Amino acid sequence: MGLAKLRRDFHEARWEEPIIFELSNEGERGIITPKDEKIERIVGDGISELPSSIVRKKLPNLPELSQKRVLMHYLRLSQEILGADVNIDIGQGTCTMKYSPKVNELLVQSPKVSEIHPYQSEETVQGALEIMYKLDLFLREISGLDRFVFQPGGGSQAIFAIASIIRAYYKSRGEERDEIITTIFSHPSDAAAPAVKGFKVITVYPDSETGIPDAEALRGAISSRTAGFIVTNPKDTGIFNPRIKEFTNIVHKAGGLCAYDQANANGILGIVRAKECGFDIGFFNLHKTFSSPHGSGGPAVGALGVKKELENFLPVPIVDYDESREMRRYYLNYNLPSTIGKVREFYGVFPVVLRAYAWIMSLGEGGIKEVAKIAVLNNNYVMYKILREVRDADISYPANRHRIEQVRYTWKNLREKTGVTTEDVINRMYDFGFHLRTSHHPWIIPEPFTIEPTESYSKEELDEYIEGLKEVVREAYEEPEMVKRSPHRSSIHRVDTSWLNDPSKWAVTWRLYLRKHRNGDSN
Amino acid sequence: MMASYSHPYIPNSLDRVRREMLRYIGVESIDELYASIPEDLRFKGRMNLPKPFPSEYELVRHVRGILSKNKSCEDYLCFMGGGTWPHYIPVVCDDIARRSEFLTAYAGDPCEDHGRWQALFEFQSLMAELVDMDVVTVPIYSWGHAAGTSMRMAYRINGRRKILIPSTISPERYLVVSNYVDPALTLEKVGYDEETGMMDLDDLEEKISDDVAAVYYENPSYLGFIETRGKKICDMAHDGGALCLVGVDPSSLGALEPPSHYGADIVVGDLQPLGNHMNFGGGLAGFLATKDEVEFVREIPYRIFGLTKTSQRGEYGFGDVLFERTSFERREKAKEFVGTATALYGIVAAVYLSLMGPRGIYELGKTILQRSKYAIQVLSEIEGITAPRFKAPHFKEFVVSFNGKSVAEINRELLKDGIFGGIDLRDSFPELGNSSLYCVTEIHTKEDIDRLASSLERILVR
Repeated sequence: MGLAKLRRDFHEARWEEPIIFELSNEGERGIITPKDEKIERIVGDGISELPSSIVRKKLPNLPELSQKRVLMHYLRLSQEILGADVNIDIGQGTCTMKYSPKVNELLVQSPKVSEIHPYQSEETVQGALEIMYKLDLFLREISGLDRFVFQPGGGSQAIFAIASIIRAYYKSRGEERDEIITTIFSHPSDAAAPAVKGFKVITVYPDSETGIPDAEALRGAISSRTAGFIVTNPKDTGIFNPRIKEFTNIVHKAGGLCAYDQANANGILGIVRAKECGFDIGFFNLHKTFSSPHGSGGPAVGALGVKKELENFLPVPIVDYDESREMRRYYLNYNLPSTIGKVREFYGVFPVVLRAYAWIMSLGEGGIKEVAKIAVLNNNYVMYKILREVRDADISYPANRHRIEQVRYTWKNLREKTGVTTEDVINRMYDFGFHLRTSHHPWIIPEPFTIEPTESYSKEELDEYIEGLKEVVREAYEEPEMVKRSPHRSSIHRVDTSWLNDPSKWAVTWRLYLRKHRNGDSN
Repeated sequence: MMASYSHPYIPNSLDRVRREMLRYIGVESIDELYASIPEDLRFKGRMNLPKPFPSEYELVRHVRGILSKNKSCEDYLCFMGGGTWPHYIPVVCDDIARRSEFLTAYAGDPCEDHGRWQALFEFQSLMAELVDMDVVTVPIYSWGHAAGTSMRMAYRINGRRKILIPSTISPERYLVVSNYVDPALTLEKVGYDEETGMMDLDDLEEKISDDVAAVYYENPSYLGFIETRGKKICDMAHDGGALCLVGVDPSSLGALEPPSHYGADIVVGDLQPLGNHMNFGGGLAGFLATKDEVEFVREIPYRIFGLTKTSQRGEYGFGDVLFERTSFERREKAKEFVGTATALYGIVAAVYLSLMGPRGIYELGKTILQRSKYAIQVLSEIEGITAPRFKAPHFKEFVVSFNGKSVAEINRELLKDGIFGGIDLRDSFPELGNSSLYCVTEIHTKEDIDRLASSLERILVR
């Protein structure tokens, strides 16, 4: 155990790697496609007898590269990323950047996972179905809900499934309810996905002192049109709403359903459950809380759980077990009379399901609770460190110091005193090999930043990160211009955003870049 | 769990460290840190979870034990497609997909996650060449989801609320799309020509009206035939003031015309065929491509990365284009919603297209055409088999109709021969009778196809 050492001479890889099209060399091949000459002798080229209207006349303008060049290019790009495996990734708050155990990668690489087809007969995929069935049972224990499916391909798609279920539920009852209530510190998709499903969305704001959603505001929003209430708890501020049972009671009394966005579940696993808080439906992000890696933004799973009364509305199929003597096997059950249909083809991202299963099996009951407790310990340790040792950093809602697994902080004071903004601090943190992120819009908290330490980092690593914050604050006072020009040791320099909202300039593909900025000249 | 050693995934479970941290915070126990959670809400019981395997070795043994009950498409010869297709995956694709940095990155910004932004920009750029359109987005959940978005985009663009879709649409995708567009839009199915499977243009003509926002169809279709009158369908849609939306299998696009060449306004499809494993149907990743026109781009809900300048001359940087479209920026006022979806599969598709190049992608399309044609030829010679069911050119998949034994029986028998037979169409397309959807790709050799044929021959005469 040594002193936390700040990496003052850190420099991220900087390859100045061209866009892949610029590397093209006519005639080079990255891979050879299998060719069957025996078949060709029998059926011909397969193309000349097609109607010419459907045959591609000109080959696509893809680059031509040797295999090593392709490999080298993408490896270099990978080095220009601060992946969670290579940094103390506590600064991407709300994202639960915990350790994704490598052993689980070994498991998903098995052909028994990667090379199975979704329409194989059930007897040939009993292993996969067993994993899905058992993970459902595990999540029932962890949430108190009665049935899980893994079809949604991420948290936002799970929210969309929830909105779909709420809509189908009231339709089946002949009730016209078209309003969804959420809170401002719930994920943006908690508001956006229900709107796609035709709901009017009402957003409740927190009490300005405590950061706890205002029960009176909820009462004010409730009516006979209320279909549902969709929230995170703890909120994205890290504040747990202690009156959540009262909230769900208010919604239930008005005849609405309560949905739990469990994106922030990491600090409360085994401590508080959806059921006891009065939720009817909810989801976990298996790619966050349950350790499946984030994949640069997916593939992912929003594991969707419901109480018994809503089971019939789930997307099909669910996985069941037939105990009758002749069968004794797992099967896909499509027999849900009120199903919303599907939100994604097939049954979900099985490798993500498998990793979550393996993660739970590596920890067990005690281990899962330990994960939550250490995530909370780490978070509170970091919060007090920041409050005591990082000048001009403050927590949001400072009157309330109760935080669970993350904290939304503010650089309001730093900005007022030095002119250095949260964006500036974030950019400078890269120079020491750290991530830091602000928050989703709108910025209720001025100059926000959000830290979620998870259970995965040691005290020394947390200390190193805080040394980074302290150093940047010192620099904000002593060399504010240097901070404002940062990063200096990242893969690239600060991005000019002026093209990004201008239709005549935006270049979302290489061909558009050539056309708009190089007069069509491809070098 | 008070430990003198830590759990490998939880360093601060070490008792000594925990006490030190608690002392720093100024509390006696971790329980005090949960003070904001009322006692009566706390879960007091034990979660009924199995005894864990703390050692990595035991965990591997346990999980592999369960997985060994699966039979994979490496163990058996697989002729199933229908939305998840068996293809060869170049080793470099897996190598990049497993790379720690790509695998564990998430939402980093353009500077310190530069490589992620560039890889996804390159994905957009490479796909743009394959579909020959100017705008491609960061990938989304699946083809079905992207198709649903294309329909909602059409509605937002022209204000009309009906979408015409082919009766031959994939049944899985139909369920996804139906739920996705509800309640804003209605779907109406257009019939198909019994002989060719292609869209019934008379029926289409009849159904195109002032309230039709778009005509959507798939090429190649779910049933494998190629819709040869794509241009006619798009023209009819446009003449009726509607948009033309086309779903496409990207593995066909080296050999077959991209839908943009016959009039598509928005093109969607799935990236699974481009280097992503089947994963029990978990290998899906939807793509969406369109024209570089403001009225289209501003209606896209997904993230779109753009190339831009940085403060250093000559340096490439990237950023979000028209971020105000997204739910990250505008919550319920956004265009639909966006979130964590399938970025890594998009990066893999970029690697795949980089490896294949124009020649490779052409040869892929050609060899699939040849092999599926060969399979059709061989199977059609067997008594009791009609293949293909539709008189049309086919790509990768085709419907096989059987006399005598049911598809379920035949597939059970094939299984005994180590073969996963085609997808039973009994429930999804009852009008096709005793039929099955077979899939042949570049992974199937002549010997594989001959083996299928001789198995079927034996089964059908038995």
